[in-house]
Amino acid sequence: MSSDKQKVTSTDEFIKGLWRDNPVFVQVLGMCPTLAVTNTAENAFAMGLATAFVLLMSNILVSLLRNFVPKQVRIASYILIIATFVTVTDYAIQAISVELHKSLGAFISLIVVNCLILSRAEAFASKNTVGRSILDALGMGLGFTFALFCLGAVREILGNGSIFNMPIFPEGYQSWIVMILPAGGFFTLAAWLLVINKVQTRKAKS
Amino acid sequence: MSEASNIEMQNPANSKKMLLAMVGIGIISAFLIVMSFELTLPRVTRLKAEALEKAIFEVLPGTVRTQAYGVNTNGELIELAEGDKPEITLYAGYTSEGNLVGYAIEASGQGYADIIRILYGYDPAKQTIIGFQVLESKETPGLGDKIAKDERFQNNFNALDVSISKDGQLRNKVITVKQGQKQHEWEIDGITGATISSRAVGNIIGESTSNVVPVLHEYFKKESNE
Repeated sequence: MSSDKQKVTSTDEFIKGLWRDNPVFVQVLGMCPTLAVTNTAENAFAMGLATAFVLLMSNILVSLLRNFVPKQVRIASYILIIATFVTVTDYAIQAISVELHKSLGAFISLIVVNCLILSRAEAFASKNTVGRSILDALGMGLGFTFALFCLGAVREILGNGSIFNMPIFPEGYQSWIVMILPAGGFFTLAAWLLVINKVQTRKAKS
Repeated sequence: MSEASNIEMQNPANSKKMLLAMVGIGIISAFLIVMSFELTLPRVTRLKAEALEKAIFEVLPGTVRTQAYGVNTNGELIELAEGDKPEITLYAGYTSEGNLVGYAIEASGQGYADIIRILYGYDPAKQTIIGFQVLESKETPGLGDKIAKDERFQNNFNALDVSISKDGQLRNKVITVKQGQKQHEWEIDGITGATISSRAVGNIIGESTSNVVPVLHEYFKKESNE
């Protein structure tokens, strides 16, 4: 019985980041990469995965060290841990593909100040066991990737007439260049927030 | 009052703990960063070299072997040794029979967003530019980055005139004109919507060719006379 209850709550720990507490659509955290690097589905997907990786690794380390780090220096130590994994990710992406590194560029280093990661370290990993922190990081990371992908896909389809660089509209499609530019990020985010909020209020009513 | 004394009581024990925590995390971080840098370095260097090699083959069609050269401050062509950093770097491309295809020349200059780095191919026999590639640019996606993608713009560089006059200088400096107003062989047909970026490319090539092409032309004449 008790193990059953435990199982339900761990699944919940994982699921909450994907939907109920989605970092982008519900908590509206980490807006800088959300708006800046979602001009194509590929960039959005890569950025989401990079952030998820940093989130996972920093959650693990913060959770491991939670009884060792004094309260007064906790924020400083979180930033140090996050910055380390961002640097590691930066090297890894360079080694995977020069092209990808070129298009993500400055935004990889900006993962350091993504408030999503710091908020999970402070609000969750520093108070929970390693296992739960991993689940939380996976849920939140995948939720973030999913949200970024939603934005990137819409912007690439409308702004470039393609998805993952494969054209989907017939020849002669007049693309909306504004969707690829920064302004398009705001439009798309607003539209998605509208849809998600609509769905969630309808669910709450019924 | 009680709070102040509380802090005083806690502090001596805690500062040692704080120091230990920060130094400990610092050491772990340093170790992780150095390890990942060392692990990825060989692959990153190889990928960058491959990307450059690919660009050279693009701008000099038919090339199978390349040789790096540099132009030093005196305007002389020198063979590059490992680790040299000359004023201008360029690569000679040869066919499988060992004939010279042309030179791929690196150049850079200010674009709209940041420095644009390009590579262009020069054929000394025809005295024209025969290829063009953007190596690095942060131009606006959808607008300025057309300099790397727009086919009509790329076609400018299939035969761009950079012939040398009798006094050993360029006859006409390469320049970008407004879209659809190209009249001469040394003009680059610009892009509407990427005016600044396409002009920047014209300036970079114009600047670079007037420095490098006379040197290469001289060198080529000497070589073919021998």
